[in-house]
Amino acid sequence: MSPMASKAEFTEEQGAKGTTLRVSGRLTLSNLGDLPQRLDALDDPVAQIDISSVERTDTVGAWIIHQFSGRTGAQIVGASDEAKRLIALVSQADSDVRVRPEPVNPVVRVVTEVGDATVIAMRTLLGLVAFFGAILIASWDLIRNPRRLRINAIVHRFELVGVKALGIIGLMSFLIGIVIAQQGAVQLQQFGAETLTVNLVGRITTRELGVLMTAIMVAGRSGSAFAAQIGTMKLTEEIDAMRTIGVSPIEALVIPRMMAAVIMMPLLGFYATLVSIFGGGLFCWVSLEIPPITFVQRLQEVIPITDLWVGLIKAPVFGAIIALSGCFQGMQVEGNAEEVGLRTTSAVVQAIFLVIVLDAFFAVFFSQIGWI
Amino acid sequence: MDLNAPIAVKIRGICNHFGDQVIHDGVDLDVRNGEILGVVGGSGTGKSVLMRTIIGLQRPSAGEIEIFGEPMTDEENEAQLDLRRRWGVMFQGGALFSTLTVAENVQVPLREFYPNLGQKLLDEIAAYKVVMAGLPANAAAKYPSELSGGMRKRAGLARALALDPRLLFLDEPTAGLDPIAAAGFDELTKDLSKSLGLTVFLITHDLDTLHAICDRVAVLADHKVVAVGTIPELLATDHPWIQAYFNGPRGRAAQSAVDRHMAKGA
Repeated sequence: MSPMASKAEFTEEQGAKGTTLRVSGRLTLSNLGDLPQRLDALDDPVAQIDISSVERTDTVGAWIIHQFSGRTGAQIVGASDEAKRLIALVSQADSDVRVRPEPVNPVVRVVTEVGDATVIAMRTLLGLVAFFGAILIASWDLIRNPRRLRINAIVHRFELVGVKALGIIGLMSFLIGIVIAQQGAVQLQQFGAETLTVNLVGRITTRELGVLMTAIMVAGRSGSAFAAQIGTMKLTEEIDAMRTIGVSPIEALVIPRMMAAVIMMPLLGFYATLVSIFGGGLFCWVSLEIPPITFVQRLQEVIPITDLWVGLIKAPVFGAIIALSGCFQGMQVEGNAEEVGLRTTSAVVQAIFLVIVLDAFFAVFFSQIGWI
Repeated sequence: MDLNAPIAVKIRGICNHFGDQVIHDGVDLDVRNGEILGVVGGSGTGKSVLMRTIIGLQRPSAGEIEIFGEPMTDEENEAQLDLRRRWGVMFQGGALFSTLTVAENVQVPLREFYPNLGQKLLDEIAAYKVVMAGLPANAAAKYPSELSGGMRKRAGLARALALDPRLLFLDEPTAGLDPIAAAGFDELTKDLSKSLGLTVFLITHDLDTLHAICDRVAVLADHKVVAVGTIPELLATDHPWIQAYFNGPRGRAAQSAVDRHMAKGA
């Protein structure tokens, strides 16, 4: 095909019957140029549109001719057989089609969206509680028949949730330890109290950050994986297949994940705390010239044992929350693959949100009972 | 069918493999201008891979493809781009862009290749293409998630037809449709190919489709095209897979349905 095929053109001719529009060239999508706009701009009455010198036409060309003749009442003359066929085809397809969704009043839309969001939030909360109930019932069943416990599945989850997370959580905690020590030291130096950096690093990681950051990492790593795995199984009807065979999906899929998260979280949290302290200690040694021996001695003096309990009591609860929202969102998947992505995102957001809210409650609670 | 019609797609010696697994080993095939060519083969014989190779989504390890006499290459030049707008592809699930309405889906290729088209004309084109693909008028403003499987396929067809292609690739258009919708889609394919002068490369498992609309059928087996021809011609060969396919219980049922239809028409 020559790149510069003849462009579609038209000329106006005055005849006995009125104006005749003579169209020539190739009336195809790639050779239209600005012909449609110019045709639209024509206001004079046109009696005939002569397309006998059109070399080739496609449905778009046929549509333009059909539409023009419909608008101006011009008669189409000189159409080749092919053009006639195409014009007949597009005129059959000419019907009143709404191309865009109907616009909605913005006020109505905002109100509707707020309403919808509220209903969804309430339903999710209700669903989460119901799901938690289902897990409790399944757990009770398992306690009565401990032989039904899927040891292999649980151990496998331990590996995925716990062992495989060691590297990334270690690296993250190590860096966080250094950052806390460095930032703390800068501020405390202004009071000449840089030795208090040890207190800062020791207490904040044991009480709060070790477990909290681990929870966020586990939510991103494992919570999302739970939602995606269960969601995909829901899509491929694996979960329905399980139910018909008589296997409870809660027992087979949710409980092992729940146990893995609940048991691994305190271990990972403790590990994260240790690595953060190691990172902080390294910074103190290198930058503040506090030798490791002194650092460890100071740690022993300043960290009350209750700080460790605060961290370790929170950890399994966070684990449960992460597994709960991951599995719950996974079970909510319905319809298409896009849903899996959306639900995975919600699982992570929900888990982190709930973890932080609960962390705030815990902070108040432990202060009230005097563990400060 | 004109035996001497020019060749729309010429495939010579195509080889494809994934790792150690050989999919194609020297596939030769001609698609004639204006015909509806059905491509059949057992699962995993590489029907879709062949289509993907022709349209350039999969690079073959050997072999040549010519489309309308022009060789396909990997180059991103004007000629290749020009070739690309002369075909339309309908993927198995429709592969509609889920964030766009049906009408906007149809407009995507138009906007991409012809950025100067006015919005009014774009809307009109989308509207008549949607109707031409057999969708109800109110479907144009809907999102793919609001459509049934059959409607999604029709929307996919509307998008494939957006640029007025000469060549249309359909990947299992009737899979997952109920028999009535499948027959409707067959009818639509045939009508459009006739009225638009389309060449159709149609991958299918559907024996009824083969009998109803295909001018010729190509059979993929043993990593190559083992036979091409009309169904009676294929029946005359003694390739075991072809015999099992067309003379199996389902093949006979489809054949007798056609015979009954013919008898009624006569």
